Amino acid sequence: MSIFTHLGRYMLTLKGMFARPENPKMYWREFMHQCVEIGIGSLPIVLIISAFLGAVMTVQTSYQLVSNLIPKSTIAVVVRDSLLLELSPTVISVVLAGVVGSKIASELGNMRISEQIDALEIMGINTKTYLIAPKILASLITVPMLISLSIIVAIWGGRVVGDLAGVIDTDSYDRGLREEFIPFNVTVAMTKAFVFAFLLSSVSAFFGYHVRGGAFEIGRSSTRAVVVSCILILLADYVLTLLMLNP
Amino acid sequence: MITARNIKKSFGEKTVLFDISADFLPGKCNLIIGSSGSGKTVFQKCIVGLFTPDSGEVLYEDQNMHTMSTEERKKLRQEIGMLFQGSALFDSMTVEQNILFPLEMLTNEPQRKRLDRVNEVLEKVNLTGSNKKYPAELSGGMKKRVGIARAIVLNPRYLFCDEPNSGLDPQTSLLIDKLIKDITTEFNITTIVNTHDMNSVMEIGDHIIYMYQGYKEWEGNREEIIFSDNKRLNEFIFASEFLQDAKEQRMRDLRSKG
Repeated sequence: MSIFTHLGRYMLTLKGMFARPENPKMYWREFMHQCVEIGIGSLPIVLIISAFLGAVMTVQTSYQLVSNLIPKSTIAVVVRDSLLLELSPTVISVVLAGVVGSKIASELGNMRISEQIDALEIMGINTKTYLIAPKILASLITVPMLISLSIIVAIWGGRVVGDLAGVIDTDSYDRGLREEFIPFNVTVAMTKAFVFAFLLSSVSAFFGYHVRGGAFEIGRSSTRAVVVSCILILLADYVLTLLMLNP
Repeated sequence: MITARNIKKSFGEKTVLFDISADFLPGKCNLIIGSSGSGKTVFQKCIVGLFTPDSGEVLYEDQNMHTMSTEERKKLRQEIGMLFQGSALFDSMTVEQNILFPLEMLTNEPQRKRLDRVNEVLEKVNLTGSNKKYPAELSGGMKKRVGIARAIVLNPRYLFCDEPNSGLDPQTSLLIDKLIKDITTEFNITTIVNTHDMNSVMEIGDHIIYMYQGYKEWEGNREEIIFSDNKRLNEFIFASEFLQDAKEQRMRDLRSKG
Protein backbone atom coordinates (compact mmCIF):
# COMPACT_ATOMS: atom_id res chain seq x y z
CA MET A 1 0.00 0.00 0.00
CA SER A 2 1.38 3.43 -0.91
CA ILE A 3 1.94 6.22 1.57
CA PHE A 4 -0.94 8.13 -0.03
CA THR A 5 -3.32 5.22 0.54
CA HIS A 6 -2.31 5.18 4.22
CA LEU A 7 -2.69 8.93 4.43
CA GLY A 8 -6.14 8.75 2.81
CA ARG A 9 -7.28 6.00 5.18
CA TYR A 10 -5.87 7.96 8.13
CA MET A 11 -7.85 11.06 7.11
CA LEU A 12 -11.02 8.99 6.58
CA THR A 13 -10.56 7.38 10.00
CA LEU A 14 -10.29 10.81 11.60
CA LYS A 15 -13.30 12.06 9.64
CA GLY A 16 -15.29 9.01 10.78
CA MET A 17 -14.85 10.06 14.41
CA PHE A 18 -17.10 13.06 14.00
CA ALA A 19 -20.52 11.59 14.67
CA ARG A 20 -23.18 12.18 17.29
CA PRO A 21 -22.53 9.96 20.34
CA GLU A 22 -25.26 7.39 20.99
CA ASN A 23 -25.11 8.07 24.72
CA PRO A 24 -22.90 11.00 25.84
CA LYS A 25 -22.70 9.58 29.40
CA MET A 26 -21.01 6.43 28.14
CA TYR A 27 -18.61 8.45 26.01
CA TRP A 28 -17.74 10.64 28.99
CA ARG A 29 -17.05 7.51 31.05
CA GLU A 30 -14.78 6.16 28.31
CA PHE A 31 -13.01 9.54 28.04
CA MET A 32 -12.36 9.62 31.80
CA HIS A 33 -11.15 6.01 31.68
CA GLN A 34 -8.68 6.94 28.94
CA CYS A 35 -7.52 10.02 30.91
CA VAL A 36 -6.68 7.74 33.83
CA GLU A 37 -5.05 5.12 31.57
CA ILE A 38 -2.94 7.60 29.63
CA GLY A 39 -2.35 10.26 32.29
CA ILE A 40 -2.03 8.38 35.56
CA GLY A 41 -0.70 5.26 33.84
CA SER A 42 2.25 7.11 32.32
CA LEU A 43 2.98 9.28 35.35
CA PRO A 44 5.71 7.14 37.02
CA ILE A 45 7.83 6.74 33.87
CA VAL A 46 7.45 10.44 33.02
CA LEU A 47 8.54 11.50 36.52
CA ILE A 48 11.55 9.17 36.57
CA ILE A 49 12.75 10.17 33.10
CA SER A 50 12.21 13.87 33.80
CA ALA A 51 14.18 13.86 37.07
CA PHE A 52 17.17 12.20 35.36
CA LEU A 53 16.80 14.41 32.30
CA GLY A 54 17.15 17.56 34.43
CA ALA A 55 19.98 16.09 36.51
CA VAL A 56 22.06 15.02 33.49
CA MET A 57 21.34 18.29 31.70
CA THR A 58 22.64 20.32 34.68
CA VAL A 59 25.87 18.32 35.06
CA GLN A 60 26.56 18.34 31.31
CA THR A 61 25.91 22.08 30.97
CA SER A 62 28.29 22.85 33.81
CA TYR A 63 30.90 20.59 32.18
CA GLN A 64 30.63 22.60 28.96
CA LEU A 65 30.59 26.04 30.61
CA VAL A 66 34.08 25.97 32.08
CA SER A 67 34.96 29.66 31.78
CA ASN A 68 35.09 31.73 34.96
CA LEU A 69 33.70 34.65 32.97
CA ILE A 70 30.33 32.92 32.67
CA PRO A 71 28.22 33.20 35.84
CA LYS A 72 27.08 29.90 37.39
CA SER A 73 23.45 30.94 37.08
CA THR A 74 23.79 30.57 33.31
CA ILE A 75 23.67 26.79 33.84
CA ALA A 76 20.10 27.13 35.14
CA VAL A 77 19.16 29.41 32.22
CA VAL A 78 20.42 26.84 29.70
CA VAL A 79 18.80 23.94 31.55
CA ARG A 80 15.44 25.74 31.85
CA ASP A 81 15.26 26.81 28.19
CA SER A 82 16.52 23.48 26.84
CA LEU A 83 13.95 21.58 28.87
CA LEU A 84 11.16 23.97 28.01
CA LEU A 85 11.80 24.32 24.30
CA GLU A 86 13.01 20.88 23.36
CA LEU A 87 13.85 18.16 25.83
CA SER A 88 10.69 17.76 27.86
CA PRO A 89 8.16 18.05 25.00
CA THR A 90 10.12 15.90 22.55
CA VAL A 91 11.73 13.28 24.78
CA ILE A 92 8.59 12.74 26.84
CA SER A 93 6.43 12.53 23.69
CA VAL A 94 8.77 9.97 22.15
CA VAL A 95 8.63 7.97 25.38
CA LEU A 96 4.83 8.29 25.43
CA ALA A 97 4.68 7.16 21.80
CA GLY A 98 6.26 3.95 23.08
CA VAL A 99 4.24 3.62 26.27
CA VAL A 100 0.82 4.97 25.28
CA GLY A 101 1.06 4.50 21.50
CA SER A 102 1.86 0.81 21.65
CA LYS A 103 -0.86 0.31 24.25
CA ILE A 104 -3.49 2.03 22.07
CA ALA A 105 -2.41 0.14 18.94
CA SER A 106 -2.33 -3.27 20.60
CA GLU A 107 -5.60 -2.70 22.48
CA LEU A 108 -7.47 -1.72 19.32
CA GLY A 109 -5.68 -4.40 17.30
CA ASN A 110 -6.72 -7.06 19.78
CA MET A 111 -10.30 -5.78 19.71
CA ARG A 112 -10.27 -5.93 15.92
CA ILE A 113 -8.85 -9.47 15.72
CA SER A 114 -11.17 -10.84 18.39
CA GLU A 115 -14.17 -9.27 16.58
CA GLN A 116 -15.01 -6.97 19.50
CA ILE A 117 -15.07 -4.00 17.13
CA ASP A 118 -17.45 -5.91 14.86
CA ALA A 119 -19.62 -6.66 17.89
CA LEU A 120 -19.83 -2.92 18.64
CA GLU A 121 -20.64 -2.16 14.98
CA ILE A 122 -23.46 -4.72 15.05
CA MET A 123 -24.94 -2.98 18.08
CA GLY A 124 -25.16 0.16 15.94
CA ILE A 125 -22.33 1.98 17.71
CA ASN A 126 -19.94 4.18 15.72
CA THR A 127 -16.70 2.47 16.72
CA LYS A 128 -14.45 5.26 15.46
CA THR A 129 -16.27 7.77 17.65
CA TYR A 130 -16.46 5.47 20.64
CA LEU A 131 -13.02 3.88 20.52
CA ILE A 132 -10.71 6.42 18.87
CA ALA A 133 -12.08 9.88 19.77
CA PRO A 134 -11.86 9.44 23.59
CA LYS A 135 -8.26 8.26 23.26
CA ILE A 136 -7.25 11.29 21.18
CA LEU A 137 -9.13 13.73 23.42
CA ALA A 138 -7.68 12.17 26.56
CA SER A 139 -4.19 12.47 25.05
CA LEU A 140 -4.80 16.10 24.14
CA ILE A 141 -5.68 16.81 27.77
CA THR A 142 -3.21 14.61 29.65
CA VAL A 143 -0.04 14.72 27.51
CA PRO A 144 0.38 18.53 27.85
CA MET A 145 -0.21 18.07 31.60
CA LEU A 146 2.44 15.36 31.74
CA ILE A 147 4.86 17.53 29.79
CA SER A 148 4.22 20.51 32.11
CA LEU A 149 4.88 18.25 35.06
CA SER A 150 7.96 16.87 33.33
CA ILE A 151 9.39 20.40 32.92
CA ILE A 152 8.87 21.15 36.61
CA VAL A 153 10.32 17.82 37.79
CA ALA A 154 13.30 18.07 35.42
CA ILE A 155 14.12 21.58 36.63
CA TRP A 156 13.82 20.36 40.23
CA GLY A 157 16.01 17.33 39.41
CA GLY A 158 18.67 19.64 38.01
CA ARG A 159 18.51 21.83 41.12
CA VAL A 160 18.91 18.89 43.53
CA VAL A 161 21.69 17.17 41.59
CA GLY A 162 23.47 20.45 40.83
CA ASP A 163 23.69 21.13 44.55
CA LEU A 164 24.60 17.56 45.56
CA ALA A 165 27.31 17.29 42.91
CA GLY A 166 28.70 20.71 43.84
CA VAL A 167 28.10 21.99 40.32
CA ILE A 168 25.84 24.90 41.21
CA ASP A 169 24.41 26.03 44.53
CA THR A 170 20.63 26.34 44.88
CA ASP A 171 20.69 30.15 45.18
CA SER A 172 22.52 30.58 41.86
CA TYR A 173 20.24 27.97 40.27
CA ASP A 174 17.08 29.74 41.46
CA ARG A 175 18.46 33.09 40.29
CA GLY A 176 19.27 31.57 36.91
CA LEU A 177 15.73 30.22 36.54
CA ARG A 178 14.38 33.78 36.78
CA GLU A 179 16.96 35.36 34.46
CA GLU A 180 15.97 36.27 30.90
CA PHE A 181 12.79 34.26 31.06
CA ILE A 182 10.73 34.51 27.87
CA PRO A 183 7.06 33.57 28.48
CA PHE A 184 6.64 32.73 24.77
CA ASN A 185 8.81 29.65 25.37
CA VAL A 186 5.98 28.19 27.41
CA THR A 187 3.64 28.73 24.45
CA VAL A 188 6.13 26.89 22.22
CA ALA A 189 6.34 24.00 24.70
CA MET A 190 2.57 23.69 24.98
CA THR A 191 2.03 23.95 21.21
CA LYS A 192 4.51 21.13 20.74
CA ALA A 193 2.82 19.13 23.49
CA PHE A 194 -0.62 19.41 21.84
CA VAL A 195 0.66 18.55 18.36
CA PHE A 196 2.71 15.59 19.62
CA ALA A 197 -0.21 14.34 21.72
CA PHE A 198 -2.47 14.35 18.68
CA LEU A 199 0.12 12.61 16.52
CA LEU A 200 1.02 9.85 18.94
CA SER A 201 -2.59 9.00 19.80
CA SER A 202 -4.16 9.28 16.34
CA VAL A 203 -1.38 7.43 14.50
CA SER A 204 -1.38 4.60 17.05
CA ALA A 205 -5.17 4.36 16.97
CA PHE A 206 -5.10 4.26 13.16
CA PHE A 207 -2.62 1.38 13.06
CA GLY A 208 -4.47 -0.56 15.75
CA TYR A 209 -7.94 -0.02 14.29
CA HIS A 210 -6.97 -1.29 10.84
CA VAL A 211 -5.12 -4.46 11.87
CA ARG A 212 -5.86 -7.53 9.76
CA GLY A 213 -4.64 -11.01 10.61
CA GLY A 214 -3.63 -12.42 13.98
CA ALA A 215 -1.34 -12.01 16.98
CA PHE A 216 1.71 -11.51 14.79
CA GLU A 217 0.06 -8.59 12.98
CA ILE A 218 -0.95 -6.97 16.29
CA GLY A 219 2.71 -6.92 17.35
CA ARG A 220 3.80 -5.62 13.98
CA SER A 221 1.19 -2.86 13.88
CA SER A 222 2.10 -1.87 17.43
CA THR A 223 5.77 -1.54 16.46
CA ARG A 224 4.86 0.34 13.30
CA ALA A 225 2.64 2.70 15.29
CA VAL A 226 5.52 3.57 17.62
CA VAL A 227 8.05 4.01 14.79
CA VAL A 228 5.75 6.17 12.64
CA SER A 229 4.65 8.24 15.67
CA CYS A 230 8.28 8.90 16.66
CA ILE A 231 9.26 9.92 13.14
CA LEU A 232 6.24 12.22 12.83
CA ILE A 233 6.92 13.73 16.26
CA LEU A 234 10.51 14.56 15.25
CA LEU A 235 9.34 15.94 11.92
CA ALA A 236 6.66 18.05 13.59
CA ASP A 237 9.26 19.20 16.14
CA TYR A 238 11.45 20.49 13.34
CA VAL A 239 8.56 22.22 11.53
CA LEU A 240 7.21 23.84 14.72
CA THR A 241 10.67 25.02 15.74
CA LEU A 242 11.15 26.56 12.32
CA LEU A 243 7.76 28.22 12.40
CA MET A 244 7.82 29.48 15.98
CA LEU A 245 11.46 30.17 16.77
CA ASN A 246 12.97 31.18 13.44
CA PRO A 247 13.87 34.89 13.86
CA MET B 1 -37.92 -11.15 5.83
CA ILE B 2 -34.25 -10.88 4.93
CA THR B 3 -33.45 -11.28 1.25
CA ALA B 4 -30.03 -11.43 -0.36
CA ARG B 5 -29.94 -10.83 -4.11
CA ASN B 6 -27.03 -11.58 -6.44
CA ILE B 7 -24.33 -11.03 -3.82
CA LYS B 8 -20.80 -10.96 -5.18
CA LYS B 9 -17.74 -10.33 -3.05
CA SER B 10 -14.04 -10.41 -3.82
CA PHE B 11 -10.94 -9.67 -1.79
CA GLY B 12 -8.31 -8.44 -4.21
CA GLU B 13 -7.98 -11.05 -6.94
CA LYS B 14 -9.80 -13.72 -4.98
CA THR B 15 -13.57 -13.97 -5.47
CA VAL B 16 -15.26 -15.43 -2.41
CA LEU B 17 -18.95 -15.13 -3.29
CA PHE B 18 -20.40 -15.69 -6.76
CA ASP B 19 -23.86 -14.26 -7.35
CA ILE B 20 -25.63 -15.66 -4.30
CA SER B 21 -29.34 -15.09 -3.76
CA ALA B 22 -31.39 -16.38 -0.85
CA ASP B 23 -34.52 -15.66 1.17
CA PHE B 24 -34.35 -16.22 4.91
CA LEU B 25 -37.59 -17.37 6.48
CA PRO B 26 -38.95 -15.04 9.18
CA GLY B 27 -39.30 -16.52 12.65
CA LYS B 28 -37.30 -19.62 11.67
CA CYS B 29 -33.81 -21.03 12.06
CA ASN B 30 -32.05 -20.49 8.74
CA LEU B 31 -28.79 -22.38 8.42
CA ILE B 32 -25.91 -21.62 6.08
CA ILE B 33 -23.77 -24.72 5.86
CA GLY B 34 -20.62 -25.58 3.96
CA SER B 35 -17.06 -26.67 4.50
CA SER B 36 -14.38 -24.27 5.75
CA GLY B 37 -13.53 -21.65 3.12
CA SER B 38 -16.85 -22.01 1.30
CA GLY B 39 -17.74 -18.36 1.99
CA LYS B 40 -20.34 -18.79 4.76
CA THR B 41 -18.84 -16.17 7.09
CA VAL B 42 -18.28 -13.65 4.29
CA PHE B 43 -21.87 -14.17 3.12
CA GLN B 44 -23.20 -13.68 6.64
CA LYS B 45 -21.03 -10.59 7.17
CA CYS B 46 -22.39 -9.15 3.90
CA ILE B 47 -25.95 -9.76 5.11
CA VAL B 48 -25.28 -8.19 8.48
CA GLY B 49 -23.47 -5.22 6.92
CA LEU B 50 -19.95 -5.81 8.22
CA PHE B 51 -18.80 -6.29 4.62
CA THR B 52 -20.13 -4.34 1.66
CA PRO B 53 -20.79 -6.62 -1.31
CA ASP B 54 -19.17 -5.70 -4.64
CA SER B 55 -22.60 -6.07 -6.23
CA GLY B 56 -26.05 -7.24 -5.25
CA GLU B 57 -28.36 -6.14 -2.47
CA VAL B 58 -29.42 -7.16 1.01
CA LEU B 59 -33.01 -6.34 1.86
CA TYR B 60 -34.46 -6.18 5.35
CA GLU B 61 -38.24 -5.98 4.94
CA ASP B 62 -37.64 -4.68 1.39
CA GLN B 63 -35.17 -1.98 2.53
CA ASN B 64 -31.69 -2.19 1.05
CA MET B 65 -29.21 -2.20 3.90
CA HIS B 66 -26.29 -0.96 1.84
CA THR B 67 -28.05 2.09 0.39
CA MET B 68 -29.91 3.30 3.48
CA SER B 69 -28.71 6.37 5.41
CA THR B 70 -26.27 6.03 8.32
CA GLU B 71 -29.04 6.79 10.81
CA GLU B 72 -31.38 4.21 9.24
CA ARG B 73 -28.64 1.62 9.25
CA LYS B 74 -27.84 2.41 12.88
CA LYS B 75 -31.50 1.89 13.75
CA LEU B 76 -31.63 -1.38 11.82
CA ARG B 77 -28.49 -2.63 13.52
CA GLN B 78 -30.10 -2.11 16.87
CA GLU B 79 -32.61 -4.75 15.78
CA ILE B 80 -29.81 -7.20 15.04
CA GLY B 81 -28.07 -9.44 17.55
CA MET B 82 -24.99 -11.42 16.66
CA LEU B 83 -23.06 -14.24 18.25
CA PHE B 84 -19.51 -14.32 16.91
CA GLN B 85 -17.38 -17.39 16.35
CA GLY B 86 -14.99 -16.40 19.17
CA SER B 87 -17.86 -14.90 21.23
CA ALA B 88 -16.25 -11.40 20.95
CA LEU B 89 -16.89 -10.59 24.61
CA PHE B 90 -15.21 -7.47 25.98
CA ASP B 91 -12.28 -8.92 27.97
CA SER B 92 -12.02 -6.10 30.47
CA MET B 93 -15.69 -6.28 31.46
CA THR B 94 -17.53 -8.77 33.64
CA VAL B 95 -20.37 -10.89 32.27
CA GLU B 96 -22.87 -8.41 33.70
CA GLN B 97 -21.06 -5.41 32.19
CA ASN B 98 -20.85 -7.16 28.81
CA ILE B 99 -24.60 -7.70 28.69
CA LEU B 100 -25.37 -4.34 30.26
CA PHE B 101 -23.27 -2.50 27.68
CA PRO B 102 -25.82 -2.35 24.80
CA LEU B 103 -28.56 -1.46 27.27
CA GLU B 104 -26.52 1.41 28.74
CA MET B 105 -25.41 2.63 25.35
CA LEU B 106 -28.72 2.45 23.52
CA THR B 107 -31.58 2.71 26.01
CA ASN B 108 -32.75 5.31 28.50
CA GLU B 109 -34.18 2.87 31.02
CA PRO B 110 -33.34 3.24 34.71
CA GLN B 111 -30.34 1.20 35.87
CA ARG B 112 -32.48 -1.07 38.09
CA LYS B 113 -34.58 -2.08 35.10
CA ARG B 114 -31.46 -2.70 33.01
CA LEU B 115 -30.00 -4.96 35.69
CA ASP B 116 -33.28 -6.87 35.87
CA ARG B 117 -33.10 -7.40 32.13
CA VAL B 118 -29.50 -8.63 32.42
CA ASN B 119 -30.53 -11.17 35.05
CA GLU B 120 -33.50 -12.19 32.92
CA VAL B 121 -31.34 -13.03 29.88
CA LEU B 122 -28.71 -14.70 32.07
CA GLU B 123 -31.45 -16.94 33.41
CA LYS B 124 -32.57 -17.63 29.84
CA VAL B 125 -29.09 -18.92 28.95
CA ASN B 126 -28.72 -20.80 32.26
CA LEU B 127 -25.97 -18.61 33.65
CA THR B 128 -27.69 -17.20 36.71
CA GLY B 129 -25.13 -16.03 39.26
CA SER B 130 -22.27 -15.59 36.78
CA ASN B 131 -22.69 -11.80 36.75
CA LYS B 132 -19.34 -10.92 38.27
CA LYS B 133 -17.17 -13.37 36.34
CA TYR B 134 -14.75 -12.18 33.66
CA PRO B 135 -14.67 -13.82 30.19
CA ALA B 136 -11.26 -15.33 31.00
CA GLU B 137 -12.88 -17.28 33.85
CA LEU B 138 -15.52 -18.87 31.58
CA SER B 139 -15.47 -22.08 29.55
CA GLY B 140 -16.01 -21.99 25.77
CA GLY B 141 -19.67 -22.99 26.12
CA MET B 142 -20.30 -20.38 28.81
CA LYS B 143 -18.70 -17.68 26.66
CA LYS B 144 -21.04 -18.62 23.80
CA ARG B 145 -24.01 -18.42 26.13
CA VAL B 146 -22.94 -14.99 27.38
CA GLY B 147 -22.55 -14.00 23.71
CA ILE B 148 -26.11 -15.14 23.07
CA ALA B 149 -27.36 -13.29 26.16
CA ARG B 150 -25.69 -10.08 24.94
CA ALA B 151 -27.10 -10.60 21.45
CA ILE B 152 -30.71 -10.96 22.65
CA VAL B 153 -30.70 -8.41 25.47
CA LEU B 154 -32.19 -5.67 23.25
CA ASN B 155 -34.94 -8.01 21.97
CA PRO B 156 -33.64 -8.15 18.39
CA ARG B 157 -35.77 -9.09 15.39
CA TYR B 158 -32.84 -10.82 13.73
CA LEU B 159 -30.23 -13.08 15.31
CA PHE B 160 -27.02 -14.07 13.53
CA CYS B 161 -24.77 -16.82 14.84
CA ASP B 162 -21.38 -17.54 13.29
CA GLU B 163 -20.31 -21.11 14.03
CA PRO B 164 -21.95 -21.25 17.47
CA ASN B 165 -20.69 -24.80 18.08
CA SER B 166 -17.08 -24.46 17.00
CA GLY B 167 -14.68 -25.73 19.63
CA LEU B 168 -17.43 -27.15 21.85
CA ASP B 169 -18.01 -30.74 22.97
CA PRO B 170 -21.09 -32.50 21.49
CA GLN B 171 -23.14 -32.16 24.67
CA THR B 172 -22.53 -28.41 24.97
CA SER B 173 -23.17 -28.04 21.23
CA LEU B 174 -26.60 -29.60 21.72
CA LEU B 175 -27.32 -27.19 24.56
CA ILE B 176 -26.36 -24.20 22.41
CA ASP B 177 -28.48 -25.50 19.52
CA LYS B 178 -31.46 -25.97 21.80
CA LEU B 179 -30.97 -22.48 23.21
CA ILE B 180 -30.88 -20.93 19.73
CA LYS B 181 -33.97 -22.86 18.70
CA ASP B 182 -35.88 -21.93 21.88
CA ILE B 183 -35.00 -18.24 21.54
CA THR B 184 -36.01 -18.22 17.87
CA THR B 185 -39.38 -19.79 18.63
CA GLU B 186 -40.12 -17.94 21.86
CA PHE B 187 -39.31 -14.45 20.58
CA ASN B 188 -40.24 -15.09 16.93
CA ILE B 189 -36.78 -14.01 15.78
CA THR B 190 -35.40 -14.58 12.29
CA THR B 191 -32.23 -16.52 13.00
CA ILE B 192 -29.38 -17.12 10.58
CA VAL B 193 -26.76 -19.62 11.71
CA ASN B 194 -23.47 -20.46 10.01
CA THR B 195 -22.42 -23.96 10.86
CA HIS B 196 -20.80 -27.16 9.71
CA ASP B 197 -22.11 -29.12 12.65
CA MET B 198 -24.34 -31.94 11.43
CA ASN B 199 -26.32 -32.14 14.66
CA SER B 200 -27.31 -28.49 14.23
CA VAL B 201 -28.43 -29.19 10.66
CA MET B 202 -30.67 -32.04 11.69
CA GLU B 203 -31.92 -30.52 14.98
CA ILE B 204 -32.60 -26.85 14.30
CA GLY B 205 -32.41 -26.31 10.54
CA ASP B 206 -35.83 -25.10 9.37
CA HIS B 207 -34.31 -23.75 6.19
CA ILE B 208 -30.87 -24.77 4.98
CA ILE B 209 -28.55 -23.26 2.39
CA TYR B 210 -25.53 -25.29 1.37
CA MET B 211 -22.58 -23.33 0.02
CA TYR B 212 -19.76 -24.79 -2.02
CA GLN B 213 -16.69 -22.76 -3.03
CA GLY B 214 -18.56 -19.46 -3.02
CA TYR B 215 -21.70 -20.70 -4.81
CA LYS B 216 -25.08 -21.61 -3.43
CA GLU B 217 -25.18 -25.32 -4.19
CA TRP B 218 -28.42 -26.44 -2.56
CA GLU B 219 -31.39 -25.09 -0.59
CA GLY B 220 -34.10 -26.91 1.33
CA ASN B 221 -35.19 -28.09 4.77
CA ARG B 222 -33.88 -30.79 7.07
CA GLU B 223 -36.18 -33.48 5.69
CA GLU B 224 -35.34 -32.68 2.10
CA ILE B 225 -31.67 -32.91 2.96
CA ILE B 226 -32.10 -36.61 3.83
CA PHE B 227 -33.55 -37.42 0.43
CA SER B 228 -31.37 -35.08 -1.58
CA ASP B 229 -29.30 -36.69 -4.31
CA ASN B 230 -26.89 -33.77 -4.55
CA LYS B 231 -23.52 -35.52 -4.54
CA ARG B 232 -21.52 -32.66 -3.00
CA LEU B 233 -24.11 -32.10 -0.29
CA ASN B 234 -24.20 -35.80 0.57
CA GLU B 235 -20.42 -36.00 0.70
CA PHE B 236 -20.34 -33.00 3.01
CA ILE B 237 -23.18 -33.92 5.35
CA PHE B 238 -22.88 -37.68 5.50
CA ALA B 239 -19.12 -37.87 5.30
CA SER B 240 -18.56 -40.92 7.52
CA GLU B 241 -19.96 -44.44 7.35
CA PHE B 242 -21.63 -43.83 10.69
CA LEU B 243 -23.46 -40.80 9.35
CA GLN B 244 -24.43 -42.71 6.18
CA ASP B 245 -26.03 -45.36 8.38
CA ALA B 246 -27.79 -42.67 10.41
CA LYS B 247 -29.09 -41.13 7.19
CA GLU B 248 -30.48 -44.45 5.95
CA GLN B 249 -32.10 -45.07 9.32
CA ARG B 250 -33.67 -41.60 9.24
CA MET B 251 -34.90 -42.21 5.67
CA ARG B 252 -36.55 -45.45 6.75
CA ASP B 253 -38.17 -43.72 9.73
CA LEU B 254 -39.51 -40.86 7.61
CA ARG B 255 -40.82 -43.25 4.93
CA SER B 256 -42.55 -45.42 7.49
CA LYS B 257 -44.22 -42.28 8.88
CA GLY B 258 -45.36 -41.55 5.32
